[in-house]
Amino acid sequence: MIHFVLLISRQGKVRLTKWYSPYSQKERSKVIRELSGVILSRGPKLSNFVEWRGYKVVYKRYASLYFCMCIDQDDNELEILEIIHHFVEILDRYFGSVCELDLIFNFHKAYYVLDEVLIAGELQESSKKTVARLIAAQDSLVETAKEQANSISNMIAQATK
Amino acid sequence: MEQLKTIGRELAMGSQGGWGQSKEFLDLVKSIGEARSKAEEDRIVMNEIETLKRRITEPDITKRKMKEYIIRLVYVEMLGHDASFGYIHAVKMTHDDSLLLKRTGYLAVTLFLNEDHDLIILIVNTIQKDLKSDNYLVVSAALTAVCKLINEETIPAVLPQVVELLGHPKEAVRKKAIMALHRFYQRAPSSVAHLLSNFRKRLCDNDPGVMGATLCPLFDLIAADADSYKDLVISFVNILKQVAECRLPKSYDYHQMPAPFIQIRLLKILALLGNGDKQASEHMFTVLGDIFKRCDPSSNIGNAVLYECICCVSSIHSSPKLLESAAEVTSRFLKSDSHNLKYMGIDALGRLIKINPETAEEHQLAVIDCLEDPDDTLKRKTFELLYKMTKPSNVEVIVDRMIDYMISINDNHYKTEIASRCVELAEQFAPSNQWFIQTMNKVFEHAGDLVNVKVAHNLMRLIAEGFGEDDEAADSQLRSSAVESYLRIIGEPKLPSLFLQVICWVLGEYGTADGKFSASYVTGKLCDVAEAHPSDDIVKAYAVTAIMKISAFEIEVGRKVELLPECQSLIDELSASHSTDLQQRAYELQTVLSLDARAVASIMPSDASCEDIEVHKSLPFLDGYVQEALVKGAQPYIPQNEQSGMANISNFRSQAHHVPSTHGLRFEAYELPQPPVASRIQPVPLTASKELVPVSETTYPQENVRAASVPSVSETGPFELKLQLDGVQKKWGRPTYSPTAPSTSNSSSQKAVNGVSQLVQGTVVSQTRNMPYDSRKPQVEVSSEKQKLAASLFGGSSSKREKRLTSTSHRTSRVQTHAVEKSQMPTATVASTEHAAEKAPQPPPLDLLDLGEPTPGDTIPPLDPFKQLEGLLGPSDVSSVASSAVSVSKSSDIISQYAENPMSAVGGTVANMAPASFDYINLLSGLPNLANRDIHGGSAATHVAPVKKGPNPQDSLERDALARQVGVTPSSTSPNLFSDLLG
Repeated sequence: MIHFVLLISRQGKVRLTKWYSPYSQKERSKVIRELSGVILSRGPKLSNFVEWRGYKVVYKRYASLYFCMCIDQDDNELEILEIIHHFVEILDRYFGSVCELDLIFNFHKAYYVLDEVLIAGELQESSKKTVARLIAAQDSLVETAKEQANSISNMIAQATK
Repeated sequence: MEQLKTIGRELAMGSQGGWGQSKEFLDLVKSIGEARSKAEEDRIVMNEIETLKRRITEPDITKRKMKEYIIRLVYVEMLGHDASFGYIHAVKMTHDDSLLLKRTGYLAVTLFLNEDHDLIILIVNTIQKDLKSDNYLVVSAALTAVCKLINEETIPAVLPQVVELLGHPKEAVRKKAIMALHRFYQRAPSSVAHLLSNFRKRLCDNDPGVMGATLCPLFDLIAADADSYKDLVISFVNILKQVAECRLPKSYDYHQMPAPFIQIRLLKILALLGNGDKQASEHMFTVLGDIFKRCDPSSNIGNAVLYECICCVSSIHSSPKLLESAAEVTSRFLKSDSHNLKYMGIDALGRLIKINPETAEEHQLAVIDCLEDPDDTLKRKTFELLYKMTKPSNVEVIVDRMIDYMISINDNHYKTEIASRCVELAEQFAPSNQWFIQTMNKVFEHAGDLVNVKVAHNLMRLIAEGFGEDDEAADSQLRSSAVESYLRIIGEPKLPSLFLQVICWVLGEYGTADGKFSASYVTGKLCDVAEAHPSDDIVKAYAVTAIMKISAFEIEVGRKVELLPECQSLIDELSASHSTDLQQRAYELQTVLSLDARAVASIMPSDASCEDIEVHKSLPFLDGYVQEALVKGAQPYIPQNEQSGMANISNFRSQAHHVPSTHGLRFEAYELPQPPVASRIQPVPLTASKELVPVSETTYPQENVRAASVPSVSETGPFELKLQLDGVQKKWGRPTYSPTAPSTSNSSSQKAVNGVSQLVQGTVVSQTRNMPYDSRKPQVEVSSEKQKLAASLFGGSSSKREKRLTSTSHRTSRVQTHAVEKSQMPTATVASTEHAAEKAPQPPPLDLLDLGEPTPGDTIPPLDPFKQLEGLLGPSDVSSVASSAVSVSKSSDIISQYAENPMSAVGGTVANMAPASFDYINLLSGLPNLANRDIHGGSAATHVAPVKKGPNPQDSLERDALARQVGVTPSSTSPNLFSDLLG
């Protein structure tokens, strides 16, 4: 099971966090501090795994962004590495060649994507196409809703003027 | 430049519109992005929180504004600040009718709230409503929230609806419903116990996504109870077969592998089902063999599946053919350049040696390399492997290594773990007392504050009881070596408290036992300890008690005890101590000093720490006293449980007043606190009674309470006065091994000597052999130190069994055996060199040994050199292979391709699909870039990755220039990679 997902920039700034096991706010900060210390200081040639408090953290660097996932002792690290990559590919497809800034300004979108890839700490969908289709369906609904909302609020705004 | 890019990006974002964030929010994100320090960032966030607090409570906020505020709250919370003031607004947002807002609301609450939060009860109703919605997107959003938020108490509220959704027409909903049920099962297995058949049904779902999701709960269920799912073995095997044969839709392919994530899950399940079940395993053999063949070993995901196959093969009933394939893959992992694969290889090796310990031998040098690798992760994994393969012959090397590593790290969590492993190994395999004591000293010295207190108790007990045999001489030798080493070490500063406790106890018990050290010397040392640790009451208590014991033993043998002045002052100080425990001890010591030899001998017999202490729970010796009191009209004693019952009744009325209070009042007395550990180590009861009743730790507090209610409290001393180690596991002295301990250490040292001489020859041979093949390639030097290490780690592995066997059968002929051993040694050496020269080392006649024929020659380690030689020849093979590979691929960077193949492949495919193939680089290209940089030694390659989007002539010019600068021309082997990078 995946206990949490962290996206940290090379400067140690948090870009996205998702916790599948209960952690208090204090614990979360501590985890992030500890792990970013460990992971950011690792050399490029070393393995992508870190053993940490009886868990394992699998991380992978994409440009200036580190994707980290914390898993149990008996999980398959290589698989998690590919789950990270799977997630990145989906993000890439969704944002159209994703970069860190996309995630910075649209972190909530990234959360929606993540929610379609992982649920309750497990990989729920391994088909990129399916995920893309679901997200697109949500977005199209959201867009129409937004247009309506916009037009309504415009009308209200004009009416109140 | 950076800033320009950022601005460009923002402009692009502005033109995209649609994202719908206000300028304010973009400014916030930007200012945080530009914050130079954590403090600055915190300041910005605090301002933001203030703003949000004010704004969010304003009346008449439009929904759109509110949505943005909620997203800003999420942002604040993500950065690690408390946004709890806004939780309620997020909850409110989930009630909204519009999906847009609802989705934001759900996203926010799933990120904000843990499953035990009070606000969840407010969401349950909404979730119930949404699960019934016609719109499947609403249902999906609600199910996502269910997975995160529903706790044990609220499961029944949504369970019927979730079960109903298992039959929903949309596969996305069915899948999420399955995952929700899985979550319920994890939270409270009993709540869904009647629904487990649903998982089996969903396994046959038409949609592969739903089937794949169903494997998650099934894995958990099978892990808990494999037997009730044996009937599914054939189905799982069939599914796996179909998946492996690419029968699933193409969209499940991942890097040219058919649905690898589903394969991995199935393999995990099969590993559980086939564990210890020959029949079930036989069904799997074909498909597993198939997967071994089909997997693409050059891609990361292929290796992930292969690794899972190895796990599966090592878990099920073994098949020689599959094990061979597994060993092959493992050795490929270990020989790989990638640290990730090495790591997996070490892990896989750890699994395989459980089935066949000899697997490790051909990889010994790879393992040593991993052990000395700068990568900490790899190192730890290797230690784990060594821990699994420790045996009497290599325990010294392994534990020494572990301790060295333990000293070098700061991570307390891991330090604790490795310390306890050292202790465990030392207890299990220690070759000699001396070594054992020294090892324990080191562990305590460097990790004393981290090890479990049980370890200390165990050590004391081992020293007190010895090996568990009736060899008094060995026991007392153990003790005196312990005492000696402790007296040497005691003066060192900064010893951990736990270690000092052990030292004090041992010195008190055995400090003067062998007569080497005078009582006053030991007492003086103990006083120093107490003085040096003025704030540590437990250590002081141990020290005083130790002094008391030493003095008592002196009195017993009729010597006069003159207390040293510092000792006297210590007693004075302690008798005025704030700690009643210390006071008590000080007064007891004074009393003991004033008694005569006979009295002292009865209350403190020497070397009696292992004697059972006589305790009678019902205190019969007080019967007369109690009777007398009763006759005089005293109240009879009421047992505790009845007492509390009465208390309840008498308090009933007062309780009635407090009925609504949920916490209720405690009417029983509070439990007595556990006395400090120190109080248990006094060796002997003050009162002697007739019957033997061992006190177990668990009954202790209750006992004490009861005793306290008996009139004469002062007589209940015995309860406290025992070294209670009943619960401590005993690992020392494996009966078949210990008797021959001296002989083992002896033979291992011989072996080491022998190993060295052989190793030297071995290298020479392998070097000369390599000469003709490629003289221009530098030899992969294997230092003799490493080889020595390899020899000492792996050397004895094959003789493990015989050793144990002979140690039982040949106890009497040990001396004789040694003689034979020595005489055979030289011939063995010669023989093995000859073999090496022929480059065809014969396997040593091991099989004979396994038959268990008790001939004295069997015990001999000279068998090992053969193995060592084999190992030596191994690496040179490797090196020649590696070097030839390099020469073949000189121009085409095969190594980089190997490592980054999946990356470049993806890069290629995706790039082809995307119209602006060029810009695919942004995130995904980070790695290929790095790889390139490493190869060409240029430092600028990474700068190529543009942060900006959209084709840009300037960029491509830049890249072109750079390419010329670095001198790279696209090679034919990786056109995609280079075309992506360099345009």
